[in-house]
Amino acid sequence: MAVRFSSLAKPQGTWWHPLGRDERLWGALAVIWGLAMFAMIVFIWPAIGREQNQIQSYRIAPATFGALTDQFIETYQVGEIDGVPVVAPPPGSDVYLEARAFAWRPVIQLKRGETYRFLISSRDVQHGFSLVMAPHSINFQVLPDYVTVIQLTPEEAGEYPIVCNEYCGLGHHLMLGRIIVTE
Amino acid sequence: MQAVAALQRRCQVTGLLVDRSAERLIMANAVTAVVYLAIGGLLALLIALTRWQAIHLLPYESFYAFVSTHGMVMLIFWIIFFEVAGLIFGSTVLLSARMVVPTLGWIAYGMMLIGSVVATYLMVTGQAIVMFTSYPPLKAPPLYYAAVLVFAVGAILAVVHFIINLVGARLRGDVGSLPLFTFALLGAAIIALWSLLAGAAALLPVFLWTVGLVPSVDPGVYRLLYWGLGHGAQQINLAAMVAVWYGLASLTTGAKVVNEGFSRIAIVLYVLFINMGAMHHLQVDPGIGTWVRNVNVSYFMYGAVIGSLIHAFSIPASVELAMREKGFRQGLFTWLRRAPWGEPGFAALVTSLFLFGVMGGVSGVIIGGPFVNMISHNTLLVPAHFHMTVVAGTTAAFMGISYYLVPLIFQRQLVLRSWARLQPYVYALGMTIFGLGMGLAGHWGVPRRHWDITFSTARALRTDIFEQPEIAVFLAGLGIGAIIAVIGGAMFVAVIVGTVLLGRRTATPALGKIAPEAFLPVPIAAGGSDGEVSAAEPSHEGFEVPGALVLALAFLALFALLYAISWYELSSVPWGIH
Ligand code: HEM
Ligand SMILES: [Cu+2]
Ligand SMILES: [Cu+2]
Repeated sequence: MAVRFSSLAKPQGTWWHPLGRDERLWGALAVIWGLAMFAMIVFIWPAIGREQNQIQSYRIAPATFGALTDQFIETYQVGEIDGVPVVAPPPGSDVYLEARAFAWRPVIQLKRGETYRFLISSRDVQHGFSLVMAPHSINFQVLPDYVTVIQLTPEEAGEYPIVCNEYCGLGHHLMLGRIIVTE
Repeated sequence: MQAVAALQRRCQVTGLLVDRSAERLIMANAVTAVVYLAIGGLLALLIALTRWQAIHLLPYESFYAFVSTHGMVMLIFWIIFFEVAGLIFGSTVLLSARMVVPTLGWIAYGMMLIGSVVATYLMVTGQAIVMFTSYPPLKAPPLYYAAVLVFAVGAILAVVHFIINLVGARLRGDVGSLPLFTFALLGAAIIALWSLLAGAAALLPVFLWTVGLVPSVDPGVYRLLYWGLGHGAQQINLAAMVAVWYGLASLTTGAKVVNEGFSRIAIVLYVLFINMGAMHHLQVDPGIGTWVRNVNVSYFMYGAVIGSLIHAFSIPASVELAMREKGFRQGLFTWLRRAPWGEPGFAALVTSLFLFGVMGGVSGVIIGGPFVNMISHNTLLVPAHFHMTVVAGTTAAFMGISYYLVPLIFQRQLVLRSWARLQPYVYALGMTIFGLGMGLAGHWGVPRRHWDITFSTARALRTDIFEQPEIAVFLAGLGIGAIIAVIGGAMFVAVIVGTVLLGRRTATPALGKIAPEAFLPVPIAAGGSDGEVSAAEPSHEGFEVPGALVLALAFLALFALLYAISWYELSSVPWGIH
């Protein structure tokens, strides 16, 4: 039988011995499970899932992004809630969403079942885009100098709050936005 | 009695040679660690009672200041001071070796102390409310970054000192192969060097930016470098905790490592694969390509997961083997039933291993994937996950081993032993309720680091999305669990502080039912005779540790089930994302 040592003692002599039957079985299962999870992430979910993580991004100066957002609001504005402009961009279009301490702008009105390309960035510090549809939420990191680009397809009508879930300063808990999905 | 001036003493309990200067350094680091734990625990209670929305204790400014301080003081200061004490112990006392350059140890300690005191002061007084992550361009005063950098350099020196001690012991012939405990710490030390350097590389430019020497810092690059530290640091904690797990198993049951090679390979897997896993904090960040992200968080990270799965089997297996050798051979689980459940070290081992594995590890792998991360990033599920790893796991394990190392190093009798026996269970119970409540609230979308999810003071676009009865129940769980866990933490602090200040001085502190010969490289004698002892050799189809194998298989099945549920949950998100 193998000579074994306490984990607190210096092992003496040759302590290397081949794996026993128990260890071989467990080791094989651990490797198989690791490979299974790897396959799930790299091959299986990308092929079958409706919720994909294919964030694209590029760099942009915060002021430039702010100007693009202004232009976007000007083009598609349909109203105002609580002083925040509401926009209704056509299906398939680009949607600009700007975070700043402590607000999201604009409020966005979408059509159910249509796909929109969201471009999200920050004017000042880091923020967290968190679109809440309890019991779930969809979350992306938002950085100044970078645009986070994702395509979203709302499949259910309703009002969805956007909260900020990256600490961005003492007014972090005041920061709200909204997406309205209509039929 | 040996003269105070003697450079070394022979421990009368373990037979180890204790270097006096190492002993003093261990004391200083350990005491500092416990002080930070106590501060962090008090803040924990306050912020938890604020997150429990029904109570909502603190005003917003103190809440954010205290969350910042709590994260820093706990995750960085309590853990790293304790780990440095462990590194000194593992590289000197445990090897019966001398400490090579005590001065270096004191310089490291001094820098860590100054850096940590200044950073804590700035945070708790509300001058640096940037959370421990301090993501730019959020800005704290330059002194804050300077303090953190001084701390980090001190910690790097402590790690270098550990490696110097090992090399010195090796050159003097004090040690051939390292004990597994020290080997795991060596793994932790290698990861530590790499991570602390990444951390310094992240923070130095920010410091320069705050004093006006560079015009700006790139927030994306900062995050990448920062999580080289932040993620690596968790792997340091993991490796150190695994060292403590093996140590507690040997100490409380006389366990010998089932297969040294197997366990050491698992440590090497940590060292090799973990830095790639750093990217799993950036899965919903801009600036990173899909392929890089997927491969880093999956293939490479699972190399480290396999390492953890190996320990998840090896540690129970070592205990089973030791108990069977003592005669508890009947059936699958007699060895487990007859294990020393009343021994604080064993209780800490079991609760820590269980909560870390089942709640911390599994949740980490699940939310660490790039797809499921989209529904968990920055929700309360994230702190729920890491409180199950670094609190219910690492902190509980460190508490468990303190019940032995503190009496041995301070040469004092442990006080309040009955509290110590109960403490691991109280802490684990509190953490379980806390973790479930916090995790479920997070799954319902409740954000982390957030003062008011009713948005009562928001000026525009208010919502009541979080005002659902389920969420109120989950947050009550968070609060009630926190109260219980803080009581458990306070019991630990009381026992340790009481022992250090009031414990009877003795060269042979009684340590409970442990196997002191665990420190010596001789085969541990089999003992114990009991009604359930049978002389028959185990048959169990040739498996040496059938009980541990069954436990491990049950764990894997639960893991697979929760993993499957997480994909189901993702698939039920009513929006398409691509
Ligand atoms: C009784 C024990 C503890 C309780 C009740 C507790 C409670 C909490 C609570 C309520 C939060 C705030 C979560 C949020 O709003 O985002 C938090 C954050 C945190 N805790 Fe603990 N905690 C405990 C122990 C610990 C320990 C021992 C550690 C580290 C070793 C730790 C590390 C952290 C960290 C790193 C954060 C994140 C801070 C941030 O988001 O910047 N906690 N804890
Ligand atoms: Cu924000
Ligand atoms: Cu925020």
